[in-house]
Amino acid sequence: MLSKGLKRKREEEEKEALAVDSWWLDQGHPAAAQTPPPVASSSLFDLSVLKLHHSLRQSEPDLRHLVLVVNTLRRIQASMVPATALPPVPIQPTVPTVADSLLSSSDAGLSASVASLLEDLSHIEDLNQAPQLQADEGPPGRSVGGAPPNLGALDLLGPATSCLLEDGLEGLFEDIDTSMYDSELWAPASEGLKPSPENGPAKDETPELDEAELDYLMDVLVGTQALERPPGPGR
Amino acid sequence: MAGAGGGNDIQWCFSQVKGAVDDDVAEADIISTVEFNHSGELLATGDKGGRVVIFQQEQENKIQSHSRGEYNVYSTFQSHEPEFDYLKSLEIEEKINKIRWLPQKNAAQFLLSTNDKTIKLWKISERDKRPEGYNLKEEDGRYRDPTTVTTLRVPVFRPMDLMVEASPRRIFANAHTYHINSISINSDYETYLSADDLRINLWHLEITDRSFNIVDIKPANMEELTEVITAAEFHPNSCNTFVYSSSKGTIRLCDMRASALCDRHSKLFEEPEDPSNRSFFSEIISSISDVKFSHSGRYMMTRDYLSVKIWDLNMENRPVETYQVHEYLRSKLCSLYENDCIFDKFECCWNGSDSVVMTGSYNNFFRMFDRNTKRDITLEASRENNKPRTVLKPRKVCASGKRKKDEISVDSLDFNKKILHTAWHPKENIIAVATTNNLYIFQDKGN
Repeated sequence: MLSKGLKRKREEEEKEALAVDSWWLDQGHPAAAQTPPPVASSSLFDLSVLKLHHSLRQSEPDLRHLVLVVNTLRRIQASMVPATALPPVPIQPTVPTVADSLLSSSDAGLSASVASLLEDLSHIEDLNQAPQLQADEGPPGRSVGGAPPNLGALDLLGPATSCLLEDGLEGLFEDIDTSMYDSELWAPASEGLKPSPENGPAKDETPELDEAELDYLMDVLVGTQALERPPGPGR
Repeated sequence: MAGAGGGNDIQWCFSQVKGAVDDDVAEADIISTVEFNHSGELLATGDKGGRVVIFQQEQENKIQSHSRGEYNVYSTFQSHEPEFDYLKSLEIEEKINKIRWLPQKNAAQFLLSTNDKTIKLWKISERDKRPEGYNLKEEDGRYRDPTTVTTLRVPVFRPMDLMVEASPRRIFANAHTYHINSISINSDYETYLSADDLRINLWHLEITDRSFNIVDIKPANMEELTEVITAAEFHPNSCNTFVYSSSKGTIRLCDMRASALCDRHSKLFEEPEDPSNRSFFSEIISSISDVKFSHSGRYMMTRDYLSVKIWDLNMENRPVETYQVHEYLRSKLCSLYENDCIFDKFECCWNGSDSVVMTGSYNNFFRMFDRNTKRDITLEASRENNKPRTVLKPRKVCASGKRKKDEISVDSLDFNKKILHTAWHPKENIIAVATTNNLYIFQDKGN
C-alpha cells in the first residue's frame, strides 16, 4: 500500500523480516478502519514487541517512543486476553497462539519485565542499555517470551536481565563485538547502508542470541573478569 | 487563500531555496529547527550536524517594491559538537533541537541553541571597522621594537569588510538527564525554561551553574512511567505562566507563583476521545508534538499527528478550533506505525496577526488554515516551482475513489519527504519551510 513512493528508512531494515497481515493494509474503507478488531492481530503484537526491542536497544532510548510503544502494547495485550484484565487468569484455550507461546517459553534466568528493566536503568539515572544481550526464543519471527503469568506489568521481554546488568558488567557489553553472534534472521537487508553515526558499530546491528550462545557469553564474562575495555567508541 | 482571487487572499510565491540540490542527503545537513528573530530580519536554522546558519534579509530595494528583500547567509557557526559522556558510555548528539532568539537590546544579536543536553547562548556581532595606526604593533600584528618608535600617533578606526562573529557567551550544561525538547524565553527577558522528557528547568540567562527545577513528572518507580513531556513554552505576556504538553495529548498550564515546584497544574487542557475514532493508535496520534501560544497570548495551538487544535486559555475541556491536517492518513495508521512515521513530530506556527496557522505534512506538503475564512490550502515545497513570483499551485490529496487530474493519491505520497519545521515572519507574509535538507522561503505576491 505504501510501497510506491515509500523509501525505507535506514534504521528500519530489520522490520522487513516481519510479515504484517495483509488485511491490515487493505483498509480502503474509512469506516472499516475506524473500528479496531476485537482481538488484535498477532502480527501487530509482534510488531510492537519488535519496536520495543528496537527502542530499548538504543544506547539512549527515545523515552517518548518507548513510552508510546509500551502503552500501545498494553492496549493490544489487553485486547488479546479476553474478559478480565491483568492480573492473571489462566489463559483460555481460545487466546491466540502467540500468547501461549509467550507464556510457555520461559526461562527464569532470562525473564525480566520491561518494568523492572526500566527500574534498573533508572537507578543510573539514564537509560543506558546493554544492547547486545538479547535472547530470541521460540520460532523465528516471534519476539522474546519468558513471561511469568502476571501480564499486568507487560512481562514480555526476555532480554537483558537485571542480574546481568550489574554495575561494571553492563559497560562491557557495549564494547564487545558481537558480530559473530549475528544470526541469519537479523542480517541487515541492505549491506550498503551505513550505520548511524551516533551508534557504535555493534549497537545497531541487533544480534539475536539464542540461549546457548547467551550462556556461553555469560561464562566468558564471568570467567574472565578482566576483559580489556577498548577505548570508548568514537563516531 | 491563494488561487481564489479576491483582495485579501494571500498568493504564495516561491522566493528562494537554500541547500544542496542533490538527492543524496548528508545526515549532517538535515535541518532540525527554523526560527525568525523578533524583527524578522534574521532567519536561523539548525541542523543535525550541530551547525547554525543565519540568513539576513536584504534591505528593501525601493525600486523593486514588489518583493521583500532576499535572505542571504549572514553567519554560520558550529554551535554544538558531538560529545561523549564517559560516565554513562553514551554519545551525545550534536543535533540542534531548538533555536530561540532573544529580543535585540543593542547592536549584537543573541540566540539560544540547544542539543539534547546543553543549551548555549550565542552572541552574533558585526564588525565593520578596525583600528589602524598602532604605535607598538605593525599592521600585521607583529610587535615593533620599541627602540624604533620615534613618533607617536593616535590610532583611528577605518572601515573594513563586514565580518560577522558568533561567540558563545554562556553554556548551560549538566541540568538535563533526558533529552531536551524545548526552550522558551520568558517575557521578562531574563529567564528561560528548558524542558526534557520528564523535567522542566528554569534558568537565569546570566547564571550557568544552577537552574531551578519547576516541573518533575518522573515517577518514583520508573515502571509507572506512562507519560512524557513533549513541549513547553512560556506565555508571551505573563512571565509567571507557562504550558507543557504531554505524550497523552494533554496540556498543563502552570503558574510559577503558586509554588516552587509546579507539579500541580493550574489548568489542564484535554479533549475527550472521540469513541468512534478509537483505535490501538489513539494514544500515539494524540501525542502533542508542538505547542505555541498566539502572539496575543489569548490562545494556544497544539499539533498532534493528524490535526492542529486552537485552545482558548479560558476553556479547558475542548479546543475552540480543530483543523485536520491529513485526515486521509487515519485509515493508514497501522502502516504508519510499522514504518515509524506515526512518531514524527510536526511543528506548527502562527502568522503575525494570529489569523492563519501553518504546519507541515508529508510529500513536502505544508498546510495553512485561515481562522477567519475557515479556508485551508495545501502547498508543496519543491524545486519544480522555483520561478520567483510564480504563484504556487494548491495541491490536493485524493483519499479514496476516483482520482481527479492533478490530485495525488495517498498511496503515492512520499513519507520520507516530511516537513516538520516551518516558521512565519513575525510581521510580513514571508514563510520559511524546511524540507529534509533544504530551506524554502515563500512570499506573498502582493508584497
